[in-house]
Amino acid sequence: MADLTLRVNGSEKKVSVPPETPLLWVLRDTLELTGTKFGCGAGLCGACTVHVEGAAIRSCATPVSQVAGKSITTIEGLGANGLHVLQQAWIAEEVPQCGYCQTGQIMTAAALLAKTPNPSDEQITQAMNGNLCRCGTYERIRKAIHRAANGGVGAAGGAR
Amino acid sequence: MSPLNRREFVAAGVAAGAGLVVGFYLPHGGKTGKEVFSPNAYVRITPDDKIIIVVARSEMGQGVRTALPMILAEELEADWKRIEIEQAGASTLYGDQTTGGSASVRTTWDPMRKAGAAAREMLISAAALTWGVGRAGCTAQEGGVVHTASKRRLSYGELVAKAAALPIPSDVPLKQSKDYKIVGQRLARVDTPSKVKGEAVFGIDFRMPGMKYAVLSRCPTIGGKVLGFDDKESRKIPGVTFIGKISDAAVAVVADSVWGAMEGRRVLTVNWDEGPYKDLNTAAVMESLKQAAAKKSVSLYSAGDVSKVSGRRISAEYQLPFMAHAPMEPGNCTANYQGSGCELWAPTQVPQDCRDAVAQAVGLDPDQVKVNVTLMGGGFGRRLEHDYAVEAALVSKASQTPVKVMWTREDDMRFSTYRPASLHQLSAVLDGAGWPVAFTHRIVAPSISGQKGQPGPNGIDPDLPDEAAFVYGLPNVSLEYVLAETPVPLGWMRSVYALQAGFASESFIDELAAAAGRDPLEYRLHMLAKDKDQDIQYFTTTWHTARMRGVLQLAAEKAGWGKPLLADRFRGIACFACFSSYMAEVVEISMENEVPRVHRVVAAVDCGQLVNPGIVEQQIPGGIVYGLSNALRAKITIEKGRVVQGNFDDYAPLRMDEAPMVEVYAVPSTEAPTGIGEPSVPPLAPALCNAIYAATKKRIRALPILN
Repeated sequence: MADLTLRVNGSEKKVSVPPETPLLWVLRDTLELTGTKFGCGAGLCGACTVHVEGAAIRSCATPVSQVAGKSITTIEGLGANGLHVLQQAWIAEEVPQCGYCQTGQIMTAAALLAKTPNPSDEQITQAMNGNLCRCGTYERIRKAIHRAANGGVGAAGGAR
Repeated sequence: MSPLNRREFVAAGVAAGAGLVVGFYLPHGGKTGKEVFSPNAYVRITPDDKIIIVVARSEMGQGVRTALPMILAEELEADWKRIEIEQAGASTLYGDQTTGGSASVRTTWDPMRKAGAAAREMLISAAALTWGVGRAGCTAQEGGVVHTASKRRLSYGELVAKAAALPIPSDVPLKQSKDYKIVGQRLARVDTPSKVKGEAVFGIDFRMPGMKYAVLSRCPTIGGKVLGFDDKESRKIPGVTFIGKISDAAVAVVADSVWGAMEGRRVLTVNWDEGPYKDLNTAAVMESLKQAAAKKSVSLYSAGDVSKVSGRRISAEYQLPFMAHAPMEPGNCTANYQGSGCELWAPTQVPQDCRDAVAQAVGLDPDQVKVNVTLMGGGFGRRLEHDYAVEAALVSKASQTPVKVMWTREDDMRFSTYRPASLHQLSAVLDGAGWPVAFTHRIVAPSISGQKGQPGPNGIDPDLPDEAAFVYGLPNVSLEYVLAETPVPLGWMRSVYALQAGFASESFIDELAAAAGRDPLEYRLHMLAKDKDQDIQYFTTTWHTARMRGVLQLAAEKAGWGKPLLADRFRGIACFACFSSYMAEVVEISMENEVPRVHRVVAAVDCGQLVNPGIVEQQIPGGIVYGLSNALRAKITIEKGRVVQGNFDDYAPLRMDEAPMVEVYAVPSTEAPTGIGEPSVPPLAPALCNAIYAATKKRIRALPILN
């Protein structure tokens, strides 16, 4: 067991867990932040995506000891003041079906927009390709990212 | 029904564990402000104008928590903004609550309309009584009743007490589609905001005080059993609280955390009796299908006499592999067994099956088992099983604690139930002009329901009546089924046998068109010719060739069929009818290093009245992407009695880089609504393979394409 201090969504949390525990399970089970999802446990699907120091990482494949003291953001903390522009765009484009993968999708997209405020279709595909969706919402995800990049205005994005 | 009987009706619902349905009624007035108007199990109205609509199907992404309440709210003349939704658990009040077969809207269309209309009529009567005026001068609108002549208005909430005392009408008028204000509207889904905020509670997110987590070590070979286990190392893992055999084929590890349970399982040593199928492999399964093909078939459908037709004969054989549903949320279920009862929180498509199976497994009566239905991170048919619920109840009972059983992705892939592998023998006779005059399709496949001990009449799998119709007007047709056997666990996967039947049939028709030297669209339209409009009775469904022609023409027109394409682009077309809906798709591809790249899919559907066009426009592309995943790569193989694939690397669904643009068009209709969750899946694979043929002149007769 290791006593660690995590900085999650702007506040400090003390946890006592085996140091190799994937960050995902500490977030979900210990800190009760269940917006971050378990999909594959192997970094293959992106459902568990969170930000560490602003970068999108797979929390299912990241030992919690590696991120102690670093700034962690989950879907619950993404919109500091209400909904993040991407969450608004996701609602406007009616992206989710089952919705299970969508928090991970949004976290990956948020990291993309932070670096690339107006991404091309190719840049969106490259950034989002690690996130699986079995409901097949990919084209709406693309539109929602374009919409968010356009300041919330529906874009003509999607055509390739 | 008298008021007193009505009270018993509602109370019975509570006693039977009716999920969150807690409506109550005080027949003798009670205290003002406490009455709830609950004329049936689907709706309650409170004095403060809350309208609570109960959804008795499971939400797995297909939009039932929005679409079903819209149907009731339409007849109720409710203000949609004031609607609250409640999810029913396993109940005795709603008939069969199975969520599958693209049936939620088509089977609740009448009950939800009647429930709303009955409430509306009672509220109108209550207003008329209050004002002392005739009912005829009163109309229901936007959550209230208006007396037109005097311009008085009472909200539904203000009418609750009076309406609750009225007899429930048995025969109520239903609205005409031209008067719809809610049905047919592109209303926002009620579940979207919580899903983008991370607040939505899926099965995996449910938690309760004292709850522990379990993972199971299951026998890796099909049909194997636990001989014994050594848990010395597992017990050293921090937080592990219980290890025990919970069934013939599984040992559970329970811990304070998911990670602890996973680690406990990782170091657990189990000795397995690998059972009778330890040498089984996929090649043997496919060989057994070929052998079964020689057996006597049963007829699914017959017209004319295919044996008496002579001419140019063309034959082909198609085959499909086992496939896994692979929903994003792995299997899970929370159970709290407490001796005289067991409560479950289950992401399930079959709450009533979970209730009954759990009762049997832990030795309770069904009414001692309460099943709450959570949101599901995809279902696609995987959650039509109840294995996760039984496991959770058994582990809770054995470990004497509330417990959430968690499946890993590898568990989900390797201990699933699989779309049956199948073999298809097709033959046709063409006349001198190349038109088909006889068509035979022999489906050789194991029966999903048969394997589960519920075979249909004559061994015909009970799904085939919804999923293998041939909606063309040919004079001689024979659809045949040969029951094959396999020990590989079988399940209902999105569109079930329609995927197999549609792939084989619609690919073969493309072969016939090519053999006749005719355009594939023209060929199909000829088989659906206007002067030969036919109603085709296939089991209990009457299919109309005119409606099939309608979707083909619509898809072809919107896709620009016959118009020039970019130099490297090719098109394929297919249509299929299942779950009472008609679907046609045109797929546009290019070939890149012998790999098809799908650029555009144009889909046309006739699913009757659209309840919410926005949800239809989600479901159809969803089914197309799912169908494209199936067509390109989905394949579960068996080696040494074990499922080979384990995660999203060796069973790789479609990602964004392969996702096509999808356009959806619906034939305007006021017919009763029909299925929408599954019908877009079957045409995709044949339309794609027909496009590949157009590009390469190579015919693909076995899936997956990228084998």
